[in-house]
Amino acid sequence: MKLTVRIWRQAGPATEGRLVSYPVDDVSPDMSFLEMLDVLNQELIANGEEPVAFDHDCREGICGSCGVVINGQAHGPERTTSCQLHLRSFSDGQVIDVEPWRAEGFPVVKDLVVDRSALDRIVQAGGYVSAPTGSAPDAHATPVPKPDADLAFDNATCIGCGACVAACPNGSATLFTAAKVTHLSLLPQGQPERAQRVLDMVDAMDAEGFGGCTNTGECVASCPKGIPFASIATLNREYLKSARSGRR
Amino acid sequence: MTDYVTGDPIVDGKAPDVALENRWDERKFAAKLVNPANRRKLRVIVVGTGLAGGSAGATLAEQGYHVVQFCVQDSPRRAHSVAAQGGINAAKNYRNDGDSVYRLFYDTVKGGDFRSRESNVYRLAQVSAQIIDQAVAQGVPFAREYGGLLDTRSFGGVQVQRTFYARGQTGQQLLIGAYQALSRQIDAGNVEMHPRTEMLDLVVVGGRARGIVARDLVTGAIETHLADAVVLATGGYGNVFYLSTNAKSSNATAIWRAHKRGAYFANPCFTQIHPTCIPRSGEHQSKLTLMSESLRNDGRIWVPKRKGDTRAPSDIPEDERDYYLERLYPSFGNLVPRDIASRAAKNQCDAGYGVGPGGLGVYLDFADAIARMGRPAVEAKYGNLFDMYQRITAEDPYQVPMRIYPAIHYTMGGLWVDYDLQSTIPGLFVIGEANFSDHGANRLGASALMQGLADGYFVLPATLNDYLGHGGLDEVAPDDPAVARTEDSVRDRLDRLLAVKGTRSVDSFHCELGLLLWDHCGMSRNREGLRKALERVPGLRAEFWRDVRILGTGVELNQELEKAGRVADFLELAELLLIDALAREESCGGHFREEYQTSDGEAQRDDENFSYVAAWEYGGSVAGPVLHREELTFDHVHPTQRSYK
Repeated sequence: MKLTVRIWRQAGPATEGRLVSYPVDDVSPDMSFLEMLDVLNQELIANGEEPVAFDHDCREGICGSCGVVINGQAHGPERTTSCQLHLRSFSDGQVIDVEPWRAEGFPVVKDLVVDRSALDRIVQAGGYVSAPTGSAPDAHATPVPKPDADLAFDNATCIGCGACVAACPNGSATLFTAAKVTHLSLLPQGQPERAQRVLDMVDAMDAEGFGGCTNTGECVASCPKGIPFASIATLNREYLKSARSGRR
Repeated sequence: MTDYVTGDPIVDGKAPDVALENRWDERKFAAKLVNPANRRKLRVIVVGTGLAGGSAGATLAEQGYHVVQFCVQDSPRRAHSVAAQGGINAAKNYRNDGDSVYRLFYDTVKGGDFRSRESNVYRLAQVSAQIIDQAVAQGVPFAREYGGLLDTRSFGGVQVQRTFYARGQTGQQLLIGAYQALSRQIDAGNVEMHPRTEMLDLVVVGGRARGIVARDLVTGAIETHLADAVVLATGGYGNVFYLSTNAKSSNATAIWRAHKRGAYFANPCFTQIHPTCIPRSGEHQSKLTLMSESLRNDGRIWVPKRKGDTRAPSDIPEDERDYYLERLYPSFGNLVPRDIASRAAKNQCDAGYGVGPGGLGVYLDFADAIARMGRPAVEAKYGNLFDMYQRITAEDPYQVPMRIYPAIHYTMGGLWVDYDLQSTIPGLFVIGEANFSDHGANRLGASALMQGLADGYFVLPATLNDYLGHGGLDEVAPDDPAVARTEDSVRDRLDRLLAVKGTRSVDSFHCELGLLLWDHCGMSRNREGLRKALERVPGLRAEFWRDVRILGTGVELNQELEKAGRVADFLELAELLLIDALAREESCGGHFREEYQTSDGEAQRDDENFSYVAAWEYGGSVAGPVLHREELTFDHVHPTQRSYK
């Protein structure tokens, strides 16, 4: 099949970017979206043009490195990561716009690469259980009801790709933060730090310049891992409970 | 024709000479400790943030050391451990099915085809149970049963259910656990984290590892980081084959640079081919995707009994199917170890029974499992794997059998380390897949996560104390000639790469190298093929340095330049891999030499001549390595021909 891709090219954080149009001939529907970019890059190199920079690593939808806005949608038309999106989701001759994540919290580094370190700093603010190595009791000391463990797992599958932020009209990282808060607050191991965790993580999220949540739900629609919308309600409840308990 | 020089034998002098079960306790007791007040003054560099590096960085920081940590990804949460699917072994015996530390030890030594050290493997089995405790305490959401206790399943090469799992995302969950522990230490100021930074050389001062030279991948700045010890947790070198299940940025540069600075490289030819990967779909393929081995618990592997049968699988009646693993290995059936399952698939395809494009595939069929357990149960157990398969192939595995084919997955070889996980360069420790230590010639499923976390959480923090506790580490001046020399050589190499301005892309060289190795040093190897590949590699390397095209500059984000440095190292490592494969004139585990097989096509080990670890010293040029043999002795598990029949 043949495609035309219009890709955001930006040499660095301080330079201005623009969309540049490239024809991509002779690609197959079985290729992944990133393999199509590989093909394009090989052609660019052969023509003496600088290849397009984009983040990617595992190419099986689990590391969270990749992520581009495709025709206005984070990770494109399917509910999956950009690396697991295949060209069979597009039609022959289609024009496809490819842009980096756009958000206040994610400055562009180059072309399609953005800086998502703000998400790491939200986790550093409290997205953990303090359990120094060697201090753990036997794993069976505290049984965990299966429904709690399963829901905790569903929230723990977040890959930190940032699609939720890119999809949100407010550029909010609420779904990301909610997933971690929900994961840890469901488990007995997460209880001692439960109240402080949510306060600290929400503070960090605000400090990084992410917008507020207005329950638009675009984040959930673009999340490749299906983090539940209900987790945002959990975050809000946890936050209110903790704030009112006088911890701050 | 000799490809190498033979040097003095090498021994592991660190495992105490006491009863097997007491060695680790004895070693820990004999190890020097460092006073908590002094730990703050000691800097430890950790390169890599996967299961081994992440757990080590967090633990060392908790102990009070000042940790300086690096990863090439934009976040420490993305290291390739994240992609491990199936599970993690531990000798908990929660199932009461006869498991024990000794049985896990026994299975691992046997599974490794008697090419690993008993001391190391026993210790691994000993600490395995603690890893599960640690992970649960961190909030890792393992699969649980309705009673609230942890669920387990079986993996290849084993007859007990000792594998703990978190759906098909066990690696991700364990890595996030380690990442969160690391994040806590970053926030506390105990870990100085450098993401998007790549180690390009090791700084050796006075014979000891004292730092690294690294490149900031965003600005291109070359910086030296000095420390009192250096820990490499940089993973395996499977990407030397280009197509593998490794992530695209997985590379061997850190261990190869350390090798060229004096660290011995052990058993490079022990590479693991995973039997259940999605077959490649075309020329453009950029990587291969694994389907967890756990699928072999319930899926049945088969090929049509008739050669070149092109009927749809549903049209092939039961009696015209050959469930060849169940036929050949009745007691382990579909759960034979990886090397055996891979070779069997290759044999079927080579004989013309393969299915799918090019006949390079076999079926992994869940029809019986769905009939027996019901679709919801299959979904609960393997849902995400089935989804992944469907997304990649556009085929529904609930309706039609999966097609699978073996692919390069893991490398048992790596930098040689002693019982303390210290390399031949004092102060350089190597953990996780980057070292060679525990899996012998074949790794069992669900043992990589176990080893990475055992090394990082429990083993290294104890042995590193001993090294640092012995002191004698004077401060290295930033203007030390060794620092300047190392930095200069890094800059010079980058400049040379950029100056070539040739015509071929980095990927085109990488692909060619990968294909060459897959053809001649992949699932089965023979003298003639290895020789042929060995003749080609130096030429390809020369061509690379003459004709590679890298656009852009070194003072910006330049992904082609990053790749070029890694491929340049693969082009050197490939040669050692081939030399090692030629020198090991036996078949064992993942190393199958066609000349050495039993009458029924099984690997024929030669314990009399090859019961050793091949530890290679860099001899001043890639073409002249020096072989140091470490004899392996087996006092507890007596080498026999592995039988899974």
